[in-house]
Amino acid sequence: MLELKFDKSKCADCKAVSCLVKCQYMDFDKDTAKVEWQKVIDGEDCRVLHDCVTCYSCEEYCPFGNHPFYLIVERQEEKGILPAPRPVITMWINQCQPVGRFMVGKVEEKALSYCFLPIFNELVKGKLFDGIWPSMIFGQEFFCNAVYLHYARMSVIKDRLPKIVENIAKQGIKELVCLHDECYGTFTSIALAYGIEVPFKPIHYYEYLHDRLKELKAEIKPLNVKAAYQRNCSARLIPETDHFVDDIFGLIGVERVKREYDGENGLCCAELIRMSKGPKLADDVQKRNVDDMVKFGAEYCVFNCPACYDSLVERVMRAGIKPIRMIDLCKVAIGEEQSQKPALEGMPVLKAAMEGK
Amino acid sequence: MSDIHEDLARIVGKNWVSSQKEERYLYGRDPGLMPPHEPEYVVMPKTTEEVQEIVKLANREKVPVVPKGAGLSLTGLVIPQRGGILLDMKRMDKILEVNDKAGYVIVEGGTTHATLKSHLMKHYPHLRHSMPDSPPIATIVANAVIHGQGRLTQQHGFNSDMVSGLEVVLGTGELCRIGSCAVSQYWFSKGPPMPDLTGLFLGWFGTTGVITKLGMKLYPCKKIRDAMMFLTDRADLVPDIMRKLGRTEMMEDIVSSFAPLPLRLKGNFNILIIITGDSEEEVEFKRKMAWDTLWEYFESRDGGFLSVPPDMKPALLAMPSKDTTRFADTSKGGGFEYSGPITPIEKYPEFIAKLEELASKYKLFYASSARVIDGGHSMMFSFSYTFNRADPDSMVRVKTALDEAAEFALEQGGVIWKPNIDEQKMVMERMDPNTLKLMMKLKELLDPNGIMNPGNWEAK
Repeated sequence: MLELKFDKSKCADCKAVSCLVKCQYMDFDKDTAKVEWQKVIDGEDCRVLHDCVTCYSCEEYCPFGNHPFYLIVERQEEKGILPAPRPVITMWINQCQPVGRFMVGKVEEKALSYCFLPIFNELVKGKLFDGIWPSMIFGQEFFCNAVYLHYARMSVIKDRLPKIVENIAKQGIKELVCLHDECYGTFTSIALAYGIEVPFKPIHYYEYLHDRLKELKAEIKPLNVKAAYQRNCSARLIPETDHFVDDIFGLIGVERVKREYDGENGLCCAELIRMSKGPKLADDVQKRNVDDMVKFGAEYCVFNCPACYDSLVERVMRAGIKPIRMIDLCKVAIGEEQSQKPALEGMPVLKAAMEGK
Repeated sequence: MSDIHEDLARIVGKNWVSSQKEERYLYGRDPGLMPPHEPEYVVMPKTTEEVQEIVKLANREKVPVVPKGAGLSLTGLVIPQRGGILLDMKRMDKILEVNDKAGYVIVEGGTTHATLKSHLMKHYPHLRHSMPDSPPIATIVANAVIHGQGRLTQQHGFNSDMVSGLEVVLGTGELCRIGSCAVSQYWFSKGPPMPDLTGLFLGWFGTTGVITKLGMKLYPCKKIRDAMMFLTDRADLVPDIMRKLGRTEMMEDIVSSFAPLPLRLKGNFNILIIITGDSEEEVEFKRKMAWDTLWEYFESRDGGFLSVPPDMKPALLAMPSKDTTRFADTSKGGGFEYSGPITPIEKYPEFIAKLEELASKYKLFYASSARVIDGGHSMMFSFSYTFNRADPDSMVRVKTALDEAAEFALEQGGVIWKPNIDEQKMVMERMDPNTLKLMMKLKELLDPNGIMNPGNWEAK
């Protein structure tokens, strides 16, 4: 059985208890946080296990890389605590289970992973992917499974992940460009935390885009726009990749607005919060987030994660900000068409408002 | 050529009558599982007068007449059990009047739901009708005749409840107007404050007359429609959930789906809730009402709302829904049929158990969809099974399962919706004898020669 590499002595020596003190959704002072965190370590029922919104941020806050969030997820599951309604968890577990159906392109040693997200069929086009596409994989058999962190189902990840890694390796892939941020987080953080060997090199797609943009430098027409960046939950597993946002923006002439809710202080897209805690908190988080984008003069909101995009696209547009995915932003910078434009048919309230104008 | 063929040609023109093998073959069956039986003649009238003449001819010659819309009931209701004249109403496809102020439309007997929908969207975008989830070629009259349901059924009842008047050619060939239109130029009421005579024709499957015009109520078409999805894994909670949602009087539509595939549906009861509004505030208020109404299930973790991403919404909001068509193609050979009893909502858990029991017993792929009717007084629960048209064994298994489902529905106190001729017999066997006697007396009165869609609603 795979075990979490967690060192409780690191927590014993920790004075800051940043994992809880920095949490934006639970309010703890240092003393209470220390007591509360000890309960988590000891496997006692406690507020954290019930109130956690599963934003993953404590993984980033912990200065020791001691995986506080993975421990919370383990404890929630041990105690049968449901961070979201049971049927919603069932739906996710069923939807993404490997059933032997997948799609591969002309796979070579370096390949793109679409994870189990059809959106990449639309996004992966043009010069940015010359030289690698159609070397790609897609389907449940390659799904990273990190989403189950939201649902207190580390057991599902531990059960499925080794097989997923094996499925990818079997394709003869040596370098996997993870178009889904969560995949990269899974292969570089979760796998490591549980001692799962990954026999290929995961490459974050931001790194890939950055390298391609450098190769295509002559074709870049600086966009000269100000953009808010929406950090996503899995980015908290791999904060070391955040500099690529600045690197890419630097290449294509985009200013990342220095707003309150960016970086370590970034706010969750809140769709998981809606499903787990209800609309009141979710609406509040989304409002604060988008108001912050407006306040700091963002013209664009740049998304990494497809789920964040779905969650915030309507609210962002209503605020007069253009939503765009990072891949599309890079395409526009080299003079190509944006592949994925917001579909108003799926946003009836906004559609009516726009038609009313 | 027979005399009847020539007489029909004289009435409708030679291009609109056929006794060719090809036409007789096609008009002798429907997409469901009832055995085919061919008509002798297929005729397509254009006017009410032509329908009258055809019915009079049929009376004279004592040959059956079977009026047909798109033939989509799946239960063989327009298969000419005793041959005769198949009356295809498709040429009578006009929208005769839209009364915007009183909120009704008058259509001819073969007008399709698609025609009306597009007409309203183009000319009266503030009005809508209750669009069923059958293919868009379904006709408005046939849908009302089978007591069909649509997207406004949760709020306003069966589509037949929305009828606001009829013009009918009786089984004798006489022409008759039913409702306010019998005494007025307006088609605003199907009966009240007078006796409601539409009951002599709706639900009778063309055995008492041919509806040549129909008035149908129209309703406000709100500017915004949005979809919410609530999941629970407990069948025993579904009746309360649907009832509570219905009693808010805020939801356009409430439909619970259950199927083992696609995997995202497996293991849960997936309750689609459609909300509408003329403003963002109205939609938000209704969204909040849905959350508040179901909060106890959310807190207990027995149920929860699923986030519906923008790319999923168009499919959920589509009218008609394409899900049925997709389901029909699940088995190779593309066939499906369902038994859809109308029953109290409280029976949902028992019906789900039976659905799965029959699927397991007969090795069938299944799905169910249950739509709340009229705020929760009842629901339509579908036992849906797929079959391969090239595999007779699979067709027999589905038919047997559906027969058992129909028996079960009656035992549970439900009533079979659009019953096939075998199911009609099941219903009549259980019916209060005096009610049955009354039905037969009425039938004899309206169709003295027994020529109207014979085989249906026959006690003997």
